[in-house]
Amino acid sequence: MDGQTRDFKWIGKRTVRPDGVDKVTGRANFGADFSLPGMLVGKVLRSPHAHARILSIDTGKARVLPGVKAVITAADLPDIPSEEAHFGEDPTDFRYVSHNVMARGKALYDGHVVAAVAATSEAIAEAALGLIEVEYDILPHVLDVEDAMKPDAPLVIEDLITQGITPTPKKPSNIAKRIQYDLGDIAAGFKKADVVIKRRFTTKPVHQGYIEPHAVVASTSEDGQSLVWCSSQGHFMVRASCAKLLGLDVSQLRVMPAEIGGGFGGKVTVYQEPLAVLMSRKTGRPVKMVMSREEVFRGTGPTSGSVMTVKIGATKKGKITAAEATLAFQAGAYPGSPVGLGCMTAFAPYDLENVKTVGYDVVVNRPKATAYRAPGAPLAAFAAESVLDELAKALNIAPLELREKNAAREGTQAPYGPRFGVIGYVATLQALRDHPHYMAPLGPNQGRGIASGFWMNFGGQSSAVINVNEDGTVVVTLGHPDIGGSRASMALMAAEVLGIDITKVRAIIGDTHSIGLSDITGGSKVTFASGMAVVKAANDVTGQLRARAAMIWEVDADGVVWEDGHAVASSTNVGEFEPLSLAQIAAMAAKTGGPISGHASINAKGAGPGFGTHICDVEVDRETGRVTVVRYTAIQDAGRAIHPSYVEGQLQGGAAQGIGWALNEEYVYGDDGRLQNPGFLDYRMPVASDLPMIDTVIVEVPNPNHPFGVRGVGEVPIVPPLAAVANAIEDAIGVRMTDLPMSPPRILAALEDKL
Amino acid sequence: MVLTNELGNQFAGGETKVEVQAKNVRQLIRALEERYPGMGPELEAGMAVAIDGEIYADPFMEPIGPDSEVYFLPRIGGG
Repeated sequence: MDGQTRDFKWIGKRTVRPDGVDKVTGRANFGADFSLPGMLVGKVLRSPHAHARILSIDTGKARVLPGVKAVITAADLPDIPSEEAHFGEDPTDFRYVSHNVMARGKALYDGHVVAAVAATSEAIAEAALGLIEVEYDILPHVLDVEDAMKPDAPLVIEDLITQGITPTPKKPSNIAKRIQYDLGDIAAGFKKADVVIKRRFTTKPVHQGYIEPHAVVASTSEDGQSLVWCSSQGHFMVRASCAKLLGLDVSQLRVMPAEIGGGFGGKVTVYQEPLAVLMSRKTGRPVKMVMSREEVFRGTGPTSGSVMTVKIGATKKGKITAAEATLAFQAGAYPGSPVGLGCMTAFAPYDLENVKTVGYDVVVNRPKATAYRAPGAPLAAFAAESVLDELAKALNIAPLELREKNAAREGTQAPYGPRFGVIGYVATLQALRDHPHYMAPLGPNQGRGIASGFWMNFGGQSSAVINVNEDGTVVVTLGHPDIGGSRASMALMAAEVLGIDITKVRAIIGDTHSIGLSDITGGSKVTFASGMAVVKAANDVTGQLRARAAMIWEVDADGVVWEDGHAVASSTNVGEFEPLSLAQIAAMAAKTGGPISGHASINAKGAGPGFGTHICDVEVDRETGRVTVVRYTAIQDAGRAIHPSYVEGQLQGGAAQGIGWALNEEYVYGDDGRLQNPGFLDYRMPVASDLPMIDTVIVEVPNPNHPFGVRGVGEVPIVPPLAAVANAIEDAIGVRMTDLPMSPPRILAALEDKL
Repeated sequence: MVLTNELGNQFAGGETKVEVQAKNVRQLIRALEERYPGMGPELEAGMAVAIDGEIYADPFMEPIGPDSEVYFLPRIGGG
């Protein structure tokens, strides 16, 4: 049996999480926990204006304040040329990253950094910020996507020319890019339809809401080597970005990954890291910078807000004949919203002959949008899955049945072109049909909604090293920060291949000098890609172990196989030998050639697409407009759940975040373009008491391209909830909600409009 | 093979479906560059490729069969 079908010793076991003890005892070191002797405190000055030309910055008074060791502005950073950067969502540009880190010429949003200081104490640093005099010319601002697309809108970036339009426009606008995907003949498809539903939707930007604010310590020695300790979704990304933004060689930077208190896409870029490095290089002292929660909200990326129109047509029998979407996403102050991903994912669960999606990437005077779990997909699915629900009701077909009739299968052409290989969408629909939740009775004022979601999942560059210790224990060193339990799953995969007890395996995350380049933790790639690297490195180890056993037995290496953690003679023709355990071979390593170490650096291909289907029950209080989620079940194809508890956690966390996005979360800006709710008291994320226990069902349709069948699981679970909640609300009160969040005032207004 | 609308409009007069003889992605990009000057660097800089449904984010020498379906896509990431 191969790695996809055989019984496993460790894969699929719920072993104790290796980072658990440190985290529950407070011993784990997050970014803000790190300190060095002689460390300075770094702080930034942020623009109070949504859009303003910076006429001058006078730092003279701040520089002479006793205790101030450095003051920097954009003039201290190289004015770097455009160069594409591929870290998170759609590609961005290092030049824009630089301008986002420190405003150059104009401040483009409330909270945009215009200067930074390093001082001997936080109080002195704060006082120094107050002494920096910035002269602004306040400009008209634009916050919302439709306003920003108008011809007379204030230009956020004055030389921005729309890409993706032929001929190329000569006049700048806030539309950074137009993209389009289409299959078939959309007009002919709609002509075949008996029923066509078209709706317009809006969503607000929401923050990733990670618990740990951004934190960094940078220290530079006399030889120009900078050490950086920070939590991020990719310490190699931090290294590359700091090097590009500061004009340094990559080898001058060594980035140590701290434990990370959540990222969800929000930590796939840099903010204060280059500033801390620059100030440590200027002062020769360590510099620590830690954001407050207010700074996190004002200065770091939310995901995009959007305006979307979706139109779907179907025959009376429920066959979808055409589907069309136009998506306009806020990119924030610089180009690079995930609208392309929205276009690709909106209708991906379905087998469609005629489909067209058009996307607009639009800059506005808000913080630069950053990835947020399955960037772009939840918004698009909210619109598409809501219209599908309405279509099902118009056709008098159960929403689940409509999805079953049109579900994507192996060989289905995705709306963005390629045909799917082995996928598990239909299996998630079947699991829903079989689940007791599907037919459970509902109470008064309650409604039920379902929705599906898709994410392509990714592979990418990944490195792993497995060192066999002299006592037979093993250390697995990985290159991706562990956000979702990758140390546990990598240890399980290593133990499975090596055939040793899981307690003999420790997994750690290496720094940028100690492990080969590994891409960011994101895209739902780590268990897939890093897992492939670990399996390859483990196979490298077993090859060496076989060779050492062959040397000990004085036989040919081909005569030795690795079985259940032991070197075994492949047949009696080789000779009669007692099997040698990994520990026995390790104990003889010095005599047989030295330490045993397996290595793998790969660019993992063949990520298996992920599909999920969620079912949600809500109860609506018609007097207050409050929506309570009373029951929720998330079903997803994981390919193979290496550590099921972590997979379930991903499903539950994604559902919880999606419910918050659906019901409550939104940024509130004043007419002056300033953010009015930069804190968790006023920016309402769901807490445990807001939610029921979220049930999960893991479907396993193995990915044929992974040794154990893994598919990424972190992105899909946030895709269906927005529509699942909206569809449940419609079922409860008979009102189709098309604007997020579906907060109590909006529910009350919708109920009043219905009367 | 199939180009994005953007590439088709920019380099191929709006054509998005083209037949090209190539045994791997590198040869394909060279052939497209010969036919549509300027397209090659654009493909190498920022595009992923899907060959028979399999997406390659950093394509280079991936083999292409005689009946392969090849799509160029924007290079994309995730959260």
